[in-house]
Amino acid sequence: MKNQNINTNQDYKYGFTTDIESIKAPKGLSEKSIKFISKMKKEPEWMLEWRLKAFERLKNLKEPDWQKPKYPKIDYQDLYYYSAPKSVSEKPKSLEEVDPKLLETYKKLGIPLQEQKRLSGVAVDAVFDSVSVATTYKEELTKKGIIFCSISEAIQKHPDLVKKYLGSVIPITDHYFATLNSAVFTDGSFVYIPPNVKCPMELSTYFRINASDTGQFERTLIIADKGSYVSYLEGCTAPMRDENQLHAANVELVALDDAEIKYSTVQNWYPGDKDGKGGIYNFVTKRGACRGKNSKISWTQVETGSAITWKYPSCILQGDNSVGEFYSIAITNNHQKADTGTKMIHLGKNTRSKIISKGISAGQADNTYRGLVDISRKASNSRNYTQCDSLLMGNKCGAHTVPYIKNKNFSSTVEHEATTSKINEEQLYYCNQRGLNQEEAVSLIVNGFCKEVLQQLPMEFAVEAQKLVGISLEGSVG
Amino acid sequence: MLVIKNLKASINNREILKGLNLKINPGEVHAIMGPNGSGKSTLANVLSGKNGYKISGEVKYLGESLNDIPVEERAQKGIFLAFQYPLEIPGVNTNNFLKTSLNTIKKAKGEKEIDTIAFLELVKEKAKELGIDEKILSRQLNVGFSGGEKKKNEILQMKILDPNLIILDETDSGLDIDALKIISDGVNSSRSEKKSFLVITHYQRLLEYIKPDHVHILSDGKIIKSGTSELALELEKKGYKKLN
Repeated sequence: MKNQNINTNQDYKYGFTTDIESIKAPKGLSEKSIKFISKMKKEPEWMLEWRLKAFERLKNLKEPDWQKPKYPKIDYQDLYYYSAPKSVSEKPKSLEEVDPKLLETYKKLGIPLQEQKRLSGVAVDAVFDSVSVATTYKEELTKKGIIFCSISEAIQKHPDLVKKYLGSVIPITDHYFATLNSAVFTDGSFVYIPPNVKCPMELSTYFRINASDTGQFERTLIIADKGSYVSYLEGCTAPMRDENQLHAANVELVALDDAEIKYSTVQNWYPGDKDGKGGIYNFVTKRGACRGKNSKISWTQVETGSAITWKYPSCILQGDNSVGEFYSIAITNNHQKADTGTKMIHLGKNTRSKIISKGISAGQADNTYRGLVDISRKASNSRNYTQCDSLLMGNKCGAHTVPYIKNKNFSSTVEHEATTSKINEEQLYYCNQRGLNQEEAVSLIVNGFCKEVLQQLPMEFAVEAQKLVGISLEGSVG
Repeated sequence: MLVIKNLKASINNREILKGLNLKINPGEVHAIMGPNGSGKSTLANVLSGKNGYKISGEVKYLGESLNDIPVEERAQKGIFLAFQYPLEIPGVNTNNFLKTSLNTIKKAKGEKEIDTIAFLELVKEKAKELGIDEKILSRQLNVGFSGGEKKKNEILQMKILDPNLIILDETDSGLDIDALKIISDGVNSSRSEKKSFLVITHYQRLLEYIKPDHVHILSDGKIIKSGTSELALELEKKGYKKLN
């Protein structure tokens, strides 16, 4: 490609124009690089101002350090904040050039060949099946008035919606990583469901063109207008090839009166090797606002990848009778670490929340559930039920449960149950005696342990997630 | 079917089986009786291939040495152990477990896997034969089962998996007379020229229901006496001490 030689020269001047395909922002975090991103994305002035406001704020913020997993200091001046999708010539040309271990996993998960290519970043022809699939779906959605596009497109085509809701759940002043994201986010999804529309299909990043390569600062905004319903699937079950170390995404959900949003994640980023080298830092801020009466937001997450997972998908239950749910499976193996949970903020009357968390630790991994249930003074007759179960495999791993409970209303109740158990050698022996090998046995027992959460996933996702649970724990026993 | 020669097994440097010899022909039912600590359960575990034992001697199953063959492969080859204490596995549906087990074994044998509908029919038929309420199969594996239900579930699994060599490890312990009868009927109706049974028990009571061809007395890791079912009666009268 003609751009290749330019690519090696990293001393771009702001405003340098060429084929977007090979452009990187100036290195480091600065007003200049933020302006560059905004310009590259042809953003309106108000968006740039918004970003710069976040950047101003960021200067006064410190990286949090209260979490359990520690990590080496990140040099934010040593990162590129905008890097357009890789050019075709840089990508692996065929599956033969891809790590065989990765392919082995794809095979076990039963991922189709075309999809394997997409996941491992193999350069694929422009006429790729999913593109046409995406187009047909898009037509069907448009008929119902549903908007499903990239956030960049939404900023240009639906500025009123974006202006109204972006940052309304996660303010730009929120905390270090959220604010960083607000300043430099590159792309992500935007969904708007009009009043009284039930979205006829599971929306997924899979069906969005340009879904991959959105980079490390993803921004997603989903709005369910009055009486509407949407189920959104994020990510994919196969391990993603990715060079970015830090992922700091922001996801905002807004549910108005009688609306329901179901958000499911299966996260399987690169976890690092057996000795704990490499791997993704998954520092994500996810928050949903049940803004209207009788609204409902349900988070389901299966977290099996990343070197460090640090996230708390939360619900702010503002509307009376609103419902927040959090179902989580976090699996850590080898040297992986997870500090995850949720926040349920009860503000409206008769609000209900339910937390089911299943943590599984193997190898030398560490797994922490950290959750906040906060029932405000005005949230009369509210209820929370929390259940945290931990499963340990081997003697070198750890499980921790850190619940924070604040109940300021006498008519409201909070329940918390926690258990810790170990995979029992005798259980494995019993399964072996019925013909199952060690890995099948572990997968069976762990899937049983996670059942309540797996049941929450949409059908097609659940099958792959079940297989993934087994694969993530391979080699952890015996 | 099974030939055991000079089998020794120790765990944590303690020798439990101290040179055991036994031959079981196809179609035969052998009973092993012995006092607590004589090595009965160790024998069951060693035959099924459980880890953690140091083994010497020879165990041949269908003419093939079992040394170094892991538990699951032995199971796939048709060795079934009905556990003294069947394990509880929360969240795992009994039907699913059993279907996975059956299909794994079928796959290992190179047979076609069974689909869900055919499987459920098979289960229904076998449960009916045994007089077991099939509802237990839609529950989580052994979770909240009574002692009797757990043992019945073991026998139902035996029926469905259709193994060649069946080891019953104190299956009679803790059962009331009705459950005992259901289980014995299950075993008796499975008896055939192709199947062999090794019935491990404390008490002669079970042998009133399951008539063994041979009875062996295990004491201190060795078989000290073998005979017909008469031997079990004699044992009942005299106790283990006097036979020694």
